[in-house]
Amino acid sequence: MSAYRLPGLAGAWIDRSQKLNFNFDGRALQGYSGDTLASALLATGSMHVARSFKLHRPRGIFSCGIEEPNGLFEIGDDARRTPNTRATDINLYEGLVARPGNVWPSLKFDILSINNYFAGLLPAGFYYKTFMWPAWRLFEPAIRRAAGLGHAADPHSGSDPDRYDELSMNAHTLVVGGGVAGMQAALDAADAGHDVLLMEGQSQLGGWTAAQGEAARTQIATLAGQIEKAGVRVVTACTVIGLYDHQFVSAVQVLDENGQTRERLWKMRVAQIVLACGAFERPMLFPDNDRPGVMLASAVQRYAELYGVACGRRVLLTAACDSAYGVAHSLMAAGIEVAAIIDHRDETAAQAPTGVPVYRSSAIVSVKGGQEVTGVTVISHDGLHRQEILVDCIAVAGGWTPAVNLYSMAGGSLQWDERSSMFAPSKDLPGITVVGACAGKLDVGWVPADNRPTPVALSALGQIPGKIFIDLQNDVAASDVALAAQENFRSVEHLKRYTTMGMATDQGKTSNVNAIVLMGALTQRTPPQVGTTKFRPPFKPVTINTIAGGRSGERFKPLKRMPGHDWHTERGGLFEDFGGWLRPAAYPIQGESLEQAAQREAFQVRQTVGLFEGSPLGKIEVFGPDAADFLDLMYVGTMSTLPVGGARYGILINENGVVFDDGIVARLAPDHFWVNTTSGGVERVVLAFEEWLQCEYVNHRVLVTPVTSAWGNVTVSGPKAWALLERAGFDATLAPGAMKHMTIRDIDHAGTRMRVLRASFNGELGYEINLPAQETSSLIDRLWDLGHDLGVVPYGIEALMVMRTEKGFLHVGGDTDGTTLPGDIGMDRGIAKKAANFVGRRSLLRPASLDASRMQLVGLIPVDRKTLLPVGAHVVAPPGPPGLIDGFVTSSHPSPNLGHPVALAMLQRGRARVGEIITVHHLGKAIDAQVVATPFFDPQGERLNGRD
Amino acid sequence: MMQIQCPWCGPRAANEFHCGGTTAISRPQLDCDDATWGRYLFFRENPKGSHAERWRHTFGCGQWFNVRRNTVSHEVDAVYGITEPAPRSEP
Repeated sequence: MSAYRLPGLAGAWIDRSQKLNFNFDGRALQGYSGDTLASALLATGSMHVARSFKLHRPRGIFSCGIEEPNGLFEIGDDARRTPNTRATDINLYEGLVARPGNVWPSLKFDILSINNYFAGLLPAGFYYKTFMWPAWRLFEPAIRRAAGLGHAADPHSGSDPDRYDELSMNAHTLVVGGGVAGMQAALDAADAGHDVLLMEGQSQLGGWTAAQGEAARTQIATLAGQIEKAGVRVVTACTVIGLYDHQFVSAVQVLDENGQTRERLWKMRVAQIVLACGAFERPMLFPDNDRPGVMLASAVQRYAELYGVACGRRVLLTAACDSAYGVAHSLMAAGIEVAAIIDHRDETAAQAPTGVPVYRSSAIVSVKGGQEVTGVTVISHDGLHRQEILVDCIAVAGGWTPAVNLYSMAGGSLQWDERSSMFAPSKDLPGITVVGACAGKLDVGWVPADNRPTPVALSALGQIPGKIFIDLQNDVAASDVALAAQENFRSVEHLKRYTTMGMATDQGKTSNVNAIVLMGALTQRTPPQVGTTKFRPPFKPVTINTIAGGRSGERFKPLKRMPGHDWHTERGGLFEDFGGWLRPAAYPIQGESLEQAAQREAFQVRQTVGLFEGSPLGKIEVFGPDAADFLDLMYVGTMSTLPVGGARYGILINENGVVFDDGIVARLAPDHFWVNTTSGGVERVVLAFEEWLQCEYVNHRVLVTPVTSAWGNVTVSGPKAWALLERAGFDATLAPGAMKHMTIRDIDHAGTRMRVLRASFNGELGYEINLPAQETSSLIDRLWDLGHDLGVVPYGIEALMVMRTEKGFLHVGGDTDGTTLPGDIGMDRGIAKKAANFVGRRSLLRPASLDASRMQLVGLIPVDRKTLLPVGAHVVAPPGPPGLIDGFVTSSHPSPNLGHPVALAMLQRGRARVGEIITVHHLGKAIDAQVVATPFFDPQGERLNGRD
Repeated sequence: MMQIQCPWCGPRAANEFHCGGTTAISRPQLDCDDATWGRYLFFRENPKGSHAERWRHTFGCGQWFNVRRNTVSHEVDAVYGITEPAPRSEP
């Protein structure tokens, strides 16, 4: 036990009158309102609180901010369980539950700490060298299970129940960071008349200065009052996580854990960004510098000043930087004993507090204590002077690293400052200025780049020194950097990826610079010669639901409902998502499965009459003097020769010749066409038409208007289709004898305007009745009521797919893919005669398009007339797999009307192979099938005219 | 996230738009050879720097227009009509 809560009123940010209960690693503990989880844990004396990622070494809280690399815990239970959370970045709340994420069976006796003894087998890149024989995959599961720092929420506990918000806000100036530099910049901008937004990641303003004593805090309060009076909008507990193009910024605001909204994502576009993000303290490098009790000096100061926590009873400072001296004064003033200052440098102007010895030109070479620091051995650089000092906290001050993450995201380049050994922004960017410590404006005296003990001092120790850690979170040691240098992974990008330094969730905030300096020292290069890697958003880990902004579950994707939705529900429709529309796949009755219902419906429709809602079918009105000419340009076929009232099936190809949509085009008037597309494709067809009209055929006088949702579509098909419509009072001019197949009529039926198209996707006599969407329900209701004794049946998408497959009709996207040309599906007959150019025409003349061995769409029937051919099953050249692909099955259904399965397939030179027996392969099974011409059912198309 | 100046709707977030790639490309005639047609379909310059491209304001007015953008800095130095020639760039 070493850390403790300071008595009296120490701790400017805590409220000692409000106790909070929390649980850590199964222990019930208490803290104060204003504590972070880290400060509350330290206050209870818990130094050893975690185990490291790879080697499972004991670890303790290292920092007092978002840069924390050690104190990562699993927080919460069930659906709220969150792994890898920094204890320094969570404000304590009543009932908080936290546990180390990667220990078993306990923190004190973690089995995987034996990894430490096998550290030699686990250097950087070990997975390329060890555990390779006999096969990596034998070791991988165990190694993967051993990795990680906690478990994500169990999917069985349900989805995240918390609410997340999103907020868009513009401002003229955004100041990132509410320390003194940021507050001053905000004040300046507000005084200049700008609309200013100031964001601070901690729960209070003040930054580094807040921990510099009471007088400093008074100054901060005054400044805070001034900025409030100047109209600056201040948001705390809000961390800017990303900086993007054109001054776009995102930030995450953490709200009350037990409140209504948990976190809020801010999205902002601003004219001016001021980066006042401060700087991270650089650790000192010495053997076993990862022991619990080793902490950043500024953190030890911050815990004392703001949280009233002493991180040790006897604190040792080890420094390469003047800032350590200020910390020593602070700690003494708080009543915390400072054992000594070990200064790497031989001289400095900074003064130690009275009574505190300073050992210059020296370094720590050994740390005592297994699970917590108990003492150190210090040896001078020349190896001649040795001290053994008893301490329980080592405060390290290796220098400062400006927090250039956001600056780097904006594309800024860094320059190395020789004197203070830091990478700082080289210059302001358009719309972005950098101020304060973030800009490298720190006076901390001379700071040596490399602060390791000298080889002479290490050998004077007389025993093998412990590991020097560079990246605490990923367990990367100096020996790993040396290995990377030795194996020629010398570039900074290789250094990072080979050793994984800087790749943990802290993105190397406390490790990048030390690693770069060390690599430089090992390869006779300066730090700027080694270079830096780029930072990418997010600046700190973000809850995924915050990014989603609540768009999950039902709100993930809007689903469209058909106008007749209620009727389908009443009929027992089994709804599924078809191209973004909620449509009945089938209407199962009396415990039927989906497949059984589809088979029954497909049979029944061909016996009597079926009702289907085709409202999602794309509908476009193409209008204008040049509409006919335009459609000839768009379609493979010719539309300009359509008589008024006529309709024709059309295929659309892209410039590469590939089929991307199909549908019926009908002519309502010389200059007015009614264009149907696939249900999922209307948007892309409209966009294609618009692109040609706006960018290429700019002189064509054509209007393209999508009207899919304005018109409902009730499809009546089957032998008794006309009998049903006649009963409903439709005019005799629509009877099959009077109205030809593939014609369209504009009619008025009982006061409602309708466009009736005689067309068929299932091969039966069919009428597609287009009418105002709001009338759909009443028509389909009426037809259902009138059709009972005719045997009317509702049928869904599955039944439709069965029937259209029986007819060998194409399903774009099902039977076609990104390579299918019109000739492959037998739709190229009219092309030679078509004089007009059309989109993609040139591509159909390429050698690959004319290649006779191309795949062609054919029918397949299994030889045994029983086995269903699986969709995606492949035809392979003899003797079978593995081998060259000859074809594959694209559609396949049992046919209730024929009594055997039917399938469509793409097959090389398919049309020339009708009659051939081929073998279809699927997951080790081989099924013989015969190539046949389609349609399978009613090949002459006689059923189109109905009967009775 | 970039901001694009739609000539009709004003400055909008890039996710309201669709980028149609390089603009002012001449389509070869129907009687061109296969290599020419292939180059037209599949080959594009990928300049590091100034790039004239066309954008469509899909979730807005639906109109196509031209933009000249620097592919490295994303700085836009010209926005002009789809049938207009590119304005002269600043020296």
